[in-house]
Amino acid sequence: MTSTALRSRAWKLLEMVTTPLLPSDYLDLVRPLRTGADLRGRIEAVHPETRDAATVVIRPGRGWRGHTAGQYVRIGVDVDGVRLWRAYSLTSPANRQDGRVTITVKAIPDGKVSNHLVRRAKPGTLIQLDQATGDFVLPQAKPAKVLYLTAGSGITPVMGMLRDTELDDVVMVHCAPQPQDVIFRDELHGLVADKKLRLTEVHTDTDGMLDIARLDELVPDWTERETWACGPAGLLDAAEEHWTEQGIQERLHTERFRPGIVVAGDGGEVTFSATGKTVDADGATPLLDIGEEAGVLMPSGCRMGICFGCVTPLKAGAIRDLRTGEITEAEPGVLIQTCVSAAAGPCDIER
Amino acid sequence: MTAIDPTAHLTAEQIEELGRELDAIRDEVIADRGEKDAAYIRKVISVQRTLELASRGVLLFSIFPPAWLLGTAGLSVAKIMDNMEIGHNVLHGQWDWMRDPKIHSTTWEWDHVSPSEQWKHSHNELHHTYTNVIGKDNDLGYGIMRVDEDQKWHPFHLGQPLWNFINACFFEYGIAAYDLELGKNLHKRRRKDPEFRARAKAVGRKIRKQVLKDYVIHPLLSGPSFLTTLAATFTANVVRNLWSHSVIMCGHFPEGVQVFERRSIKGETRGQWYLRQMMGSANISGSKAMHFMTGNLSHQIEHHLFPDLPSNRYAEVAVKVRALFQKYELEYVTGPLPKQVFSAWHKVFRLSLPNKKPKVKTPDREQELVAA
Repeated sequence: MTSTALRSRAWKLLEMVTTPLLPSDYLDLVRPLRTGADLRGRIEAVHPETRDAATVVIRPGRGWRGHTAGQYVRIGVDVDGVRLWRAYSLTSPANRQDGRVTITVKAIPDGKVSNHLVRRAKPGTLIQLDQATGDFVLPQAKPAKVLYLTAGSGITPVMGMLRDTELDDVVMVHCAPQPQDVIFRDELHGLVADKKLRLTEVHTDTDGMLDIARLDELVPDWTERETWACGPAGLLDAAEEHWTEQGIQERLHTERFRPGIVVAGDGGEVTFSATGKTVDADGATPLLDIGEEAGVLMPSGCRMGICFGCVTPLKAGAIRDLRTGEITEAEPGVLIQTCVSAAAGPCDIER
Repeated sequence: MTAIDPTAHLTAEQIEELGRELDAIRDEVIADRGEKDAAYIRKVISVQRTLELASRGVLLFSIFPPAWLLGTAGLSVAKIMDNMEIGHNVLHGQWDWMRDPKIHSTTWEWDHVSPSEQWKHSHNELHHTYTNVIGKDNDLGYGIMRVDEDQKWHPFHLGQPLWNFINACFFEYGIAAYDLELGKNLHKRRRKDPEFRARAKAVGRKIRKQVLKDYVIHPLLSGPSFLTTLAATFTANVVRNLWSHSVIMCGHFPEGVQVFERRSIKGETRGQWYLRQMMGSANISGSKAMHFMTGNLSHQIEHHLFPDLPSNRYAEVAVKVRALFQKYELEYVTGPLPKQVFSAWHKVFRLSLPNKKPKVKTPDREQELVAA
């Protein structure tokens, strides 16, 4: 018998010992970061960067496969007892010796996760991790001339690149409201002093928003540069237009943080993605009824919100709890009780 | 069904107002639900797992009587925790709001021969929706007992104290059979129903796994302690069964608890539904430890009003609920465990004998009993 077969037999025996739980449920008690466990990380430190941004140092579990500079990672953090998932760019170089990774988070107004991480997260806390992903990365062959065009927290993936890969000719244009809002400012100025970076800071409180046409003046050779841009949608839209006008759109690489923003309304178009049906729903009819009327086979139970027999994944959009009025937005892993929830805007139910 | 309706003094408006007041209690807890509650259930789960592991470890040496005693006691407590404070409540969706896929009503499996999925249907859906409605809520007498004066007496009921005792010892099997609606489904025609067969198969699989674990694998691992480990696990299962049966009997059986007619729930309003939960359930009074070991089902009234609120909040909710009982002049049935257990058993014995016809005759009762 091969060792794999032997191991799988031993594992089966162990499963019999621990049934109806799994051996991992017990192992998680003592070694949550071990090989083979669901990927998690432990927060080891939180360093403030600016008044509303902080760098979180994470020790990833043994299953972590590493990352490439510029990539992001999805993390699941328990905020007020509720697990919420968000994506953040990795700001640590890929070859960091101690095996830790960092993300740098800017607290956005009303942001549950970002405010929690910046202001309340404690070292020692376990968080959930996905493997790093994203193609906002440098190519294998180093480009001769590079422009990094960033704004606000858009600097984070680029900082990962700056720390990871030394390039010969790098220019950076970075926008922030005021000098003290520039994340990593000291480190950037250190790179400038060492002649490893040419930096232009645009302080939007005094200079106004960056007019993309000003690039000619700020970086005269911008059309010759391979560009990585990350920041608010307005900046990226303008950049894409500008690069396209010059016919060099293949030189521009962009990263958008928030692809879709849910606007909660009253009723909306409901898509039952598994059956491929789309129907209009008002803001008062339970989604269970909407689905059943549309001929979708919906799981159901008590029809009054107590038995949890109807829970179904909400893949996109927002719903309103008909009892409390509370809005729930789609996130991975979010299940809703269809018998007491109505559409709050367009949504996608996995049925 | 009692001849005198204890809610007759309430007007329809009062009942709806009562409903609104209960909704407000629920909303308050939901608004306040958070980190502390999450930490509570995580702690309980890790304590349960540690206790179970440790007890199983001690039982490897159960050939020595002190080890047997310690291990059996620990395993009994661990099994009770698994079923009561953790399993029952997780399967009610009380912790779904945490969005932790590991502590979720759709993924949880418990140390019990009834698969969670089936139990959720018969318990969460049927029992909690149709609480104490004769013919609809099979928890009333589990289909084998006479629990109300109105029910027709049959010589079979003479044996019900015995059935109830046997059911108590092997309660988890009773529940599995009950979730399968075994009595009804053993008719020749129904036995072949593919849906029933699939469910029966699932129960068979679960029983096999549970039995293999408790009565084969762990005893084998104990080597020379094979027999003593087997005896210990058997004892722990019986202790757990007797305990949970007692707690559950106290929830709906003691004297003073009302049962309802099927037609009385037609077009029931939210207020009326709440009122039925209030009149159809009974509490157990006692210490914090006692509440914990019953999975907070000692707060059965509160649990039936708000089955999806985290169990650790029932104690604080109970104070407010009890005030409402007083305000609306309703009887809050409660008492210490021995008293409630005695009361429930007393009823089982009393109704095993025929009684005089009740004062109010309800015409369609007999037909419903056949259906039950």
